[in-house]
Amino acid sequence: MIDLRELYQDIILDHGRHPRNFRPIEHPTHTAKGHNPLCGDRVTVYLTLDGDRIADVSFEGRGCAISTASSSLMTEVLKGKTLAEAQALFAQFHAKVTGGEVGSLPEALEEDSERLDPLTGVKAYPARVKCATLPWHAFEAALKGGAAAPVKTE
Amino acid sequence: MMDDLGATKPRPALDAQALRGEFPIYQNNPGLVFLDSGASAQKPRAVIDGVAEFYRRDYANVHRGVYQLSQRSTDHFEAARETTSAFLNAADANEIVFVRGATEAINLVAQSWGPAFVQPGDEIIVSDLEHHSNFVPWQMLCERMGARLVLAPTDASGGFDLAAFEALLGSRTKMVAVTHVSNVTGAILPVERIVQLAHTKGAKVLVDGCQAIPRMPVDVRAIGCDFYVFSGHKVYGPSGIGVLWGRYELLTAMPPWQTGGGMITQVTAEHTEFQDPPHRFEAGTPDISGAVGLKLALDFVEGLGRDAIREHEEMLTGYAIDRLSRIPGLNLLEGGQRRISVLSFTLDGVHPHDVGTVLDQHGVAVRVGNHCAQPLMDKLGIAGAVRASLGVYNDRDDIDALAAAVEACREMFSR
Repeated sequence: MIDLRELYQDIILDHGRHPRNFRPIEHPTHTAKGHNPLCGDRVTVYLTLDGDRIADVSFEGRGCAISTASSSLMTEVLKGKTLAEAQALFAQFHAKVTGGEVGSLPEALEEDSERLDPLTGVKAYPARVKCATLPWHAFEAALKGGAAAPVKTE
Repeated sequence: MMDDLGATKPRPALDAQALRGEFPIYQNNPGLVFLDSGASAQKPRAVIDGVAEFYRRDYANVHRGVYQLSQRSTDHFEAARETTSAFLNAADANEIVFVRGATEAINLVAQSWGPAFVQPGDEIIVSDLEHHSNFVPWQMLCERMGARLVLAPTDASGGFDLAAFEALLGSRTKMVAVTHVSNVTGAILPVERIVQLAHTKGAKVLVDGCQAIPRMPVDVRAIGCDFYVFSGHKVYGPSGIGVLWGRYELLTAMPPWQTGGGMITQVTAEHTEFQDPPHRFEAGTPDISGAVGLKLALDFVEGLGRDAIREHEEMLTGYAIDRLSRIPGLNLLEGGQRRISVLSFTLDGVHPHDVGTVLDQHGVAVRVGNHCAQPLMDKLGIAGAVRASLGVYNDRDDIDALAAAVEACREMFSR
């Protein structure tokens, strides 16, 4: 039996219960909804970009401990990052939770990447990987939608 | 057994522990606590081996060949129809249409009977606890025909509200589609009464028997309904086979919904004449071995006795309600006064998906999510629930294991 505490580490339970940046942004430059029809989890990610830097990022929604904690930790590490840095963090996170090949990151991002490591316990639970990646996919969708559609400002 | 309730209750006629010997899944998964029969039941050796044996000895296409093997295969296939007919107490085996499952059966009725008998402005009533498969096909039919879908509510206790239903019935009501047993709460709907009321307005009634068929006697003529559907895989048979029962005069009034081989009498360049039911609705090569497996499964269930199964599962349902209700922070979804074998619950402060993962780590297999019943989840104001559902192989030890795992989950998330 895999130790459940590997999956539900204290930091996950803490962020699951007390998510950070759990609020809407009134006038986001980008936003997107993520939905996992399997479990009904819903997350809305809000972004405010300043040039190519993430000035603010937040989320709302309801979900399991994993998706809520993942959303919360994501907003914490993304704040202040450039889009390129955010993409690099997601790529590495995605590789870690899906058991893919983990590339190297610029040293400046190592610490942020390690902050996400408690979530990588999901790779032993294939049915739960989507819970951890849901907010990141919503984040990506927000960027894409925001680029394709007129940017929402005021 | 460690509880003392067992000493005071009569010993059930069905010995679940011994029965597990008939289900190879238990030998291959020692310690398995399987509480997801509502999604799909495990298969007894009689079905697994019987289907393999059919392929080894008697398999050929049906209704096609003049050779003996094809005749033997056809005999097996049609024997399955006879067995299914008897199982439902249908008036005639020709009222049994083999389909892929209950979903296809309902879609067949909605797409064949629907456009022929539903006019713009008509109404179709479904209950608010229907599985999506008995909801979406009717919603689509209503959109297509300009008809209106009306939801018959459950009351505060989770039972079907007959008075509210009666008030919704009218001359525009053409179809009432309800489940026999809820796949979320295990509520048993008063289908006989629903049929009586609906028929006074001239409406037809389709009953979704997916959860009822594996666990209680079903007599379609006593119920009085017009259509009854179920899936083979929930009654210990193979997946991919299911049944539409319909009154013969209704089936004959319905146009084919899929066309092709095996369902025609004559095809010319200009025109095609179709066979009578049931073959009219069975275009193409059917799921032959699935029908054979279904017959074996129904024989298996009859062998145990449907009254004995019901008694066993009702006893276990009562035990589970009692056991789970004592867990602090656990909220059982209400299922009315009469319920069987399906129990859903939420746990304060813990998302159902997390409960499911923790339970799985304790070897307890349950279903989590919205159970294909989003309208009901919306009404209850929850995103999802944890569902435990019973089969003939379950006993009190399974319920105790479930309760212990839920307690462990609660503890873990309160640390």
